Amino acid sequence: MVLNPVHAVLAVPFLSAILLTLVPSPWVAARLNIGASGLSLIAGIALVFDRPTTGPLILIDDFNIYLVALTVFVGFTTSLFSAGYVRFEVETGHLRVMYLRFYHSMYQAFMFTMVLALVANNLGVLWVAVEGATLTTVLMVSLYRTPQAIEAAWKYFILCGVGIALALFGTILMYLAAQPVLGGGMPAMTWSVLFSQVHRVNPAILNLAFVFLLIGYGTKVGLVPLHAWLPDAHAEGPTPISAVLSGLLLNVAIYAVLRFKMLLAANGAAIAPGPMMVAMGLASLVLAASILYRRSDVKRFFAYSSIEHMGIITFAFGIGGPVANFAGLLHMTMHSLTKSAIFIAVGLASQIKGSQHIDKIQGMTTSHPVLGWGLVIGVLAIAGLPPSGVFLSEFLIVTSTYARAPLLVIPLVLGLLIGFGALILRAQQMGFGTLTANRPNARAGAGRSAIPLYAHLALVMIAGIWLPGPLVAWFQAVAKMLG
Amino acid sequence: MADFYYDTAHLLGALVLLTSFGLLYQRRLFALLNVFATQAFVLAAAAAWQAFIHGEPHLYITALLALSLKAIVIPVALHRIILRLEIPRAVDSALGVGMTMVIGVSLVTLSILLVMGVTSGAAALTREDLASALSVVLLGLLMMITRRNAVSQVIGFMSLENGLILAAIGVEGMPLVVEMSVAFAVMVAFIVFGIFFFHIRERFDTLDLQNLETFRGEREERPWS
Repeated sequence: MVLNPVHAVLAVPFLSAILLTLVPSPWVAARLNIGASGLSLIAGIALVFDRPTTGPLILIDDFNIYLVALTVFVGFTTSLFSAGYVRFEVETGHLRVMYLRFYHSMYQAFMFTMVLALVANNLGVLWVAVEGATLTTVLMVSLYRTPQAIEAAWKYFILCGVGIALALFGTILMYLAAQPVLGGGMPAMTWSVLFSQVHRVNPAILNLAFVFLLIGYGTKVGLVPLHAWLPDAHAEGPTPISAVLSGLLLNVAIYAVLRFKMLLAANGAAIAPGPMMVAMGLASLVLAASILYRRSDVKRFFAYSSIEHMGIITFAFGIGGPVANFAGLLHMTMHSLTKSAIFIAVGLASQIKGSQHIDKIQGMTTSHPVLGWGLVIGVLAIAGLPPSGVFLSEFLIVTSTYARAPLLVIPLVLGLLIGFGALILRAQQMGFGTLTANRPNARAGAGRSAIPLYAHLALVMIAGIWLPGPLVAWFQAVAKMLG
Repeated sequence: MADFYYDTAHLLGALVLLTSFGLLYQRRLFALLNVFATQAFVLAAAAAWQAFIHGEPHLYITALLALSLKAIVIPVALHRIILRLEIPRAVDSALGVGMTMVIGVSLVTLSILLVMGVTSGAAALTREDLASALSVVLLGLLMMITRRNAVSQVIGFMSLENGLILAAIGVEGMPLVVEMSVAFAVMVAFIVFGIFFFHIRERFDTLDLQNLETFRGEREERPWS
């Protein structure tokens, strides 16, 4: 076996997760965590340029490579933020040093499962990876050991455990459908083989399988009505975990759904998965956008905003076609970058104010201009104001919906506007409201965490104005693949 | 002989389903544990039987895992947890027995209609196994919905998982069954024994989930700020 970037991007987090359990000092561990995430980033970038071929276990195509690159990038920037974040939490006595060893190890284990889910060619391995991601994040959500954190983790475990179980049932059905055509054993579970032969597969079983898979992996996407775990898990865990949950995990879950959607589309005779995804996407968008107004906990607020955006993305892929798929891919990227930036800013702000309550986090631009403006720009970007990349992708989604199913534009735009209003309201309040007091011995300011924050925001703004040619060509190729 | 093989496999599948109904109406935690252990035992027998008739030795590992972990280790451990934490032995359920049973029977009907209708191309044994497996999955879900107590929810989850294993062993030549059962076992073991019971006891002195549900999402402050 020749060593190639895929092996590196899998091995680095896997080995680091083991290594980090052996490091007693949390400060060394935090540095190692950054180092390991940096190495993964290098391996992920190498993967873009030196692309290995698809094997029986590892699938490499345009679609997953860009997601791997995005995943390791956000993983790296969040690890930079995480180091400062946990240091402050330990110094103020909110987190015990003992738990930190575990935290860093789980961080890398989580990165490993994310990358594994993305590059797995085998449907069973994909499932095991998503299950592993659930496990690692449940443990991290419960890290603070407050009653709220434990309830959030319990809810997360029960709901996603059931979701993941239904996804496995769907996977078994998928195999059952493929087995008469491809024979028993691994080929019938291998995505690339299945994809080339799926037109010969019994469409009725595929339909049934897809329903289970959509509900199962849809639970992890946080689609309404399966979203109940998401706000709690985001709000009660450590903020770096909220950033990677929103920025990475939800994308990977959507990726899993899309892989199966591609199989159904390639079959031809199976039901069109589009309408189901459109319905769930719209429901998520409208419901989450309306709920935004009543949220007063800042992390919960942005968690609902994540549900809203997952709804938009699912809707876009449900509409399908080259433009909507392109917009969906772009929106996945932009949401990932923007939302993790927002969570970085929110984490810092709540460490300064000593509260996650929006009323207590006001007037940030006057007291902490670097952080406050970062937060305001982030919220405006996620609301879809130009020149952010989110504006571009939402604009494309609306126009392509108008071309394909004009009536659906009404609920879509309504949902977008409702969400927009809530976001602007909160951005105004947090950025320019009456200045609230800091907590005693508060964190001084953003410090070095401003770097990942502004790096993400800069990428989002650049994407809104100018997308590099190769990236556009790449997204177009993937959009074509998605059908 | 083929008939005998088929009938036995079918019988074992049906027995797993039967024990699922047993789980639905039990009112006492220890009885619930015993029924769950029985279900795991029957599942192990079913896996071993499939391994034998299809000549797939890796299924023996699945059978062994089900037998050792789910039929023995987990029930014994849960038994001890219940005793040590002095959890009330009677479980209250959100629905009455009669209603639960009616819903359970309709779920079984639903899954038979669904699976039989859709999988006309597959082998008869596979179809019927899959129908009972889906029923077990749905009954496990029903149990998780109707029970308020954390221990019985975990048992509901594990019985749901038994249904999945039943489905996986029923489909001929399915790869990675062992890996999947291991992944599930790790999940359950981690959650059940390590983290949750320990902390739920530490924080609430009870395993009744109603105490968790006071928290509805919004609060003024973190307790420590």
